[in-house]
Amino acid sequence: MKGIEDWTRLFVDVIARATARLPDDVTRAIRHGRTQEAEGSLAAMALDSILKNADLACSEGQPMCQDTGVPLFWIHHPVGLSTGMLNAACAEAVRRATARNLLRENAVETLSGRNTGNGQAPGIPSVHCEEWDRPEVQVQLLLKGGGCENTSAQYSLPDTKLGADRNLDGARRVVLDAVHQAQGKGCGPGILGVCLGGDRGSGYLEAKVQLLRHLDDHNPAPELDALEQRLLDEGNQLGIGPMGFGGKTTLLGVKIGTLGRVPASYFVSIAYLCWAARRAGAIVNANGEVTWLS
Amino acid sequence: MAQLNLPCDDAAIRALRVGDTAMLSGRIITGRDTAHHWLFGGFREEVAPFLSGSVIYHCGPVVRKNPDGTYTFVAAGPTTSAREEPYQADVIGRYGVRGVIGKGGMFDKTRKGLVEHGAVYLHAVGGTAQSLARAVVRVERVFKLEEFGVPEAMWVIEVKDFPTVVTMDAHGGSLHETIAQASSGILQKLLGGAAR
Repeated sequence: MKGIEDWTRLFVDVIARATARLPDDVTRAIRHGRTQEAEGSLAAMALDSILKNADLACSEGQPMCQDTGVPLFWIHHPVGLSTGMLNAACAEAVRRATARNLLRENAVETLSGRNTGNGQAPGIPSVHCEEWDRPEVQVQLLLKGGGCENTSAQYSLPDTKLGADRNLDGARRVVLDAVHQAQGKGCGPGILGVCLGGDRGSGYLEAKVQLLRHLDDHNPAPELDALEQRLLDEGNQLGIGPMGFGGKTTLLGVKIGTLGRVPASYFVSIAYLCWAARRAGAIVNANGEVTWLS
Repeated sequence: MAQLNLPCDDAAIRALRVGDTAMLSGRIITGRDTAHHWLFGGFREEVAPFLSGSVIYHCGPVVRKNPDGTYTFVAAGPTTSAREEPYQADVIGRYGVRGVIGKGGMFDKTRKGLVEHGAVYLHAVGGTAQSLARAVVRVERVFKLEEFGVPEAMWVIEVKDFPTVVTMDAHGGSLHETIAQASSGILQKLLGGAAR
C-alpha cells in the first residue's frame, strides 16, 4: 500500500463487498427469525424474499438494495498516515463504485436538489479517521440507507410522557417507543445501535459505531448486555414483524454504547439499521497484506 | 394469489383485499419525492397517459445505460412511501392512478383517497432490490432524467410477475393501522411497570 491509488482500489473492493454481501451473522439472525414465523404468514414470505434476494445479490455481485445510502467509513491507522489522503481515497472510491453501479447516484445538493451524479457532496461519503498505536490499518464501512436513517430517533431524558428517568429503565422505555414509532418504515427486522450520553452529534455517531458490532457478540458491561437482551426480547414482543406485516421478528439485534455527558444532558440516541446491514471491512498489515473482516 | 394486469379498471382493484398477495404484470411508472411534488403542482400532460389506470412505483432504482442507448434496471426495491402522504391522494385522483407500490404503508389521507378513487396500496418487500429488478423486463422510456436525476426520474417500465402484498385496500382496510394499534397496546403493557 504505497499511495492513494492503492488505498482507493482497496476501498472500492470494500464497497463492492458491502453492497452485495450480507454479513454471516445477519443472515443467521434472519434465518433464525424465519423459524419463529408461522408457515404461510406474510412475515414468513417477507423473510423468504429477503434471504432469496441476499443470495442473488451475493452471487451476482450486485447491490442487494438500490438505496446504497450514505457510505460511512471508519479508518484506524498508525501514526504518520495522512488522513487527508485517506479521505480523498474514500471519495474517489465512491466515485468509481458509483460509475460501476455498485452504488446508486446517491448524493444530492440540498439547496438546488441537483443530483451530483458521482455519489459525492459535502459530507458524503462520511469518513472518520482515528489514529491508533498499532502498525496495521483497519477500514470499516457501513452503507446505511435513507429509509432506516429517517426512522432513527433521539430522546432527551427525562421524558415525562414515557415515564423515562435518567437511568437504564428510562433508556429501555424510549428505545421501545422508537421501535414502535418506526413500525415497518425502516425495513425491519431492524438492528438498533444505541448510545447513552454524549451530545446530539456525538450520540448519533456512537450509535452508528455500535452497528459495526457482530449480532452475536456480548457487551462487556454486564448491565448493558442485560439491557441489550431485554430490548431484543421486548422489541420482538411488539409484534410489528418483518416490513411491519406483523410477526415475531421485529428486531435482529440491539447494541448499546455509552459516552460521557454534561450534567444537564442525558441523551439516548437510536440509530435504526434495516435488515440489509451492509457492513464490510478489512485489516491491512504493515506488509500490505489484506485480511477481510467478517 | 391475485394476478393484476396493468392497466386495469376499478373492478379489478375493488376485488383486492388487505392481506392478498398480488402479482403485477404490465406497464407501470416509477415516481418518488420530486416526482410527486411535480405531479401535485399542476397537470402534467406528458406523463398523464402512463399514470391513467396504472400504478406508481415508489422506487429510486440503480440503472445501467447500455451501449445501444437502452437502460437496464440493476437494483429496484421500494422506497418509504410515508413521504408522499401529502400528495398521494390528490395525485391518484387527478391522474386516475389505480394504485401505488411502496413500503412502510401510508396514512389516513391516502386511505380515504384509495376508497374514493378505487385504488390500492401494494407493499413490496423493502431491500429486495435484486429480485424485484429481475421482474422488470423492459425499460420503455424515462421522463425528467436530466432534471430529477436517476433515482428521482419517472421511469416507464414493463414488469412481469412483480410480487406485492395488498396492505391498504379500496374498502378502507389498512394492515398498517391494525399493526400500529396492536403494537401500541403491547407497548403500553411493556411500559406498564412504571419506574416513577
